[in-house]
Amino acid sequence: MTQQQAKELVRKVKENIFEIPTDFQGGMRVPGRIFVSDKLMNDLEVNTLRQTANVAMLPGIQKYSMAMPDAHFGYGFPIGGVAAFDAHEGIISPGGVGFDINCGVRIIRTDMEASEVRPHISKLMDELFKAVPSGVGSKSRLRVSGSELDDAFNYGARWAVESGYGVEADIEHCEDGGFMDAADPLKVGDKARKRGKPQFGTLGSGNHFLEVQEVDKIYDPEIAKAYGIREGTITIMIHCGSRGAGHQICTDYLRIMEQASRKYGIDLPDKQLACAPADSREGQDYFKAMAAGANYAWANRQVITHWVRETFERVFGRDADELGMDLVYDVAHNVAKLEEHEIDGEKKSVYVHRKGATRAFPVGHSDIPQAYRSVGQPVLIPGSMGTPSYILHGGEQAMELTFGSACHGAGRVMGRGEAKRKFRGEVLEKQLADKGITVKATHLSMLAEEAPEVYKSSSEVVNVVHELNIARKVVRVKPIGVAKG
Amino acid sequence: MNIPGYEYLPHPADVRFTAYGATLEEVFEQAAHAMFHVIIDTAVLNPEHSVDIKLESEGIDNLLYDYLSELLYLFEVEEIVFGQFRVDSIEKTDGSYILHGQASGEITDPERHSFETEVKAVTYHQLEITKEKDGYSAHVIVDT
Repeated sequence: MTQQQAKELVRKVKENIFEIPTDFQGGMRVPGRIFVSDKLMNDLEVNTLRQTANVAMLPGIQKYSMAMPDAHFGYGFPIGGVAAFDAHEGIISPGGVGFDINCGVRIIRTDMEASEVRPHISKLMDELFKAVPSGVGSKSRLRVSGSELDDAFNYGARWAVESGYGVEADIEHCEDGGFMDAADPLKVGDKARKRGKPQFGTLGSGNHFLEVQEVDKIYDPEIAKAYGIREGTITIMIHCGSRGAGHQICTDYLRIMEQASRKYGIDLPDKQLACAPADSREGQDYFKAMAAGANYAWANRQVITHWVRETFERVFGRDADELGMDLVYDVAHNVAKLEEHEIDGEKKSVYVHRKGATRAFPVGHSDIPQAYRSVGQPVLIPGSMGTPSYILHGGEQAMELTFGSACHGAGRVMGRGEAKRKFRGEVLEKQLADKGITVKATHLSMLAEEAPEVYKSSSEVVNVVHELNIARKVVRVKPIGVAKG
Repeated sequence: MNIPGYEYLPHPADVRFTAYGATLEEVFEQAAHAMFHVIIDTAVLNPEHSVDIKLESEGIDNLLYDYLSELLYLFEVEEIVFGQFRVDSIEKTDGSYILHGQASGEITDPERHSFETEVKAVTYHQLEITKEKDGYSAHVIVDT
């Protein structure tokens, strides 16, 4: 089938929703659904459609194999893929979560006006860059013991707060209260522990960042107020994940699942989709190890938050309380969760896999912190370097359309190699400076890989979920300082 | 005979490459080289420290996945950034493959080494070793 023929099989259901019919590819158990505008559909690679169709072939999949507006070609699941599998008849797949388990984003509000911070931004970014280790091969300032590592695997952000890295309110403002209680550190291999230990409290590299932002636009004043956000003030965004610990957990379990797929006779269209029945020993072992990896990531972001607060206190000579540095929310965008969803009029337990997708629960959902229950869960969508990020709230249609999921970012459109040939770090640094954005990076050359042009437009992507009422725009923030590994 | 080497192929987010060699050993060495060349310019690295590698895997694809994953693990945990790879033998035994080899490089030092792109992991996606007329090729996608 040619690329053109493949695309012609895709049918537009309504504005911003396209369907991949089951005759697109043999073995599809359910159709695929792609949530994109006409423009984004036009630019979508056929490989992303194929990967979405591959996921539709896995046992126990419910309703549709879905791709969010920022979807792009990944490995196994597409990036931006969402799929729910029956908790008994279905499967669990590490390829539906990805290597960077609980890669995620958090945003901290402040009472500081952007005008107060701008004159000090260069010094602030220098200090933040020093306080939070980043880049390939960087090591943490923390030396955690084996039992502390177990605690982080078990209790995530809760452990970090109890160890002095933050305040009680931080935990309430994390997805899942900052830890999944399914975690079992005994299911985490020795290699993952060894990689995780020295990297605990590091940002990593690639698209991960720490950003100082200015609240640039308010779309919904009432909800912005509920989230504690005011126009013209400063916010801080942290984007990182579970580092080598998560990468190794996924690497180890992919290998186990590769054997399990054969053992349980699951026919795989792609080895990266290796999986096991949800209630098998292999499936549950992975789920417990994955939850431990997710908790590591929440603890990691919590420790980094503490260092960010300390840095602001040092630079501005006031304490974090006085600066109003409260955590607004923290979301995971690479994770599998056991959730209840209404399917064909019945409540059902399913393992929802979100790979490059953000949970987006609407008003009234019991998993949202009390403070936000009447307005919906904050949905954090980071922009690419130098472009705006968005805070949305979970919309009314999210449960019906996407198992309560939205996009997770802008979505790449250009490879790293090509980006490096096309862009120069020094030039980008200057262009960002002209826009009033201060950048700190371990090497300028790596800025080229993350040039704004290598991503889809974040506003285009966000508009799709907004129009479909999956998640509605509340606030737009724009960067004034970026630290990258 | 296939000339040992590797080439990078386009991919929107991750890194994709094909490695070539006259023998399986050579193709494994080239794949390792291709992967580390994403992390750093391997040409500047001297073989100051070495580690021995011995692996046993079911199936040749799994052996390549395990070999590349092992190198990433050793890079992070032993803190050696590798620039040279030797695979002495890949033997097929009853239902499995056994690899013996060595990787060499320098102790990781962010002051000394100019790292490029972090490789998070090796994927199984389209992982393929192909027997060709004059040797072998291996297609690999790594997550970056």
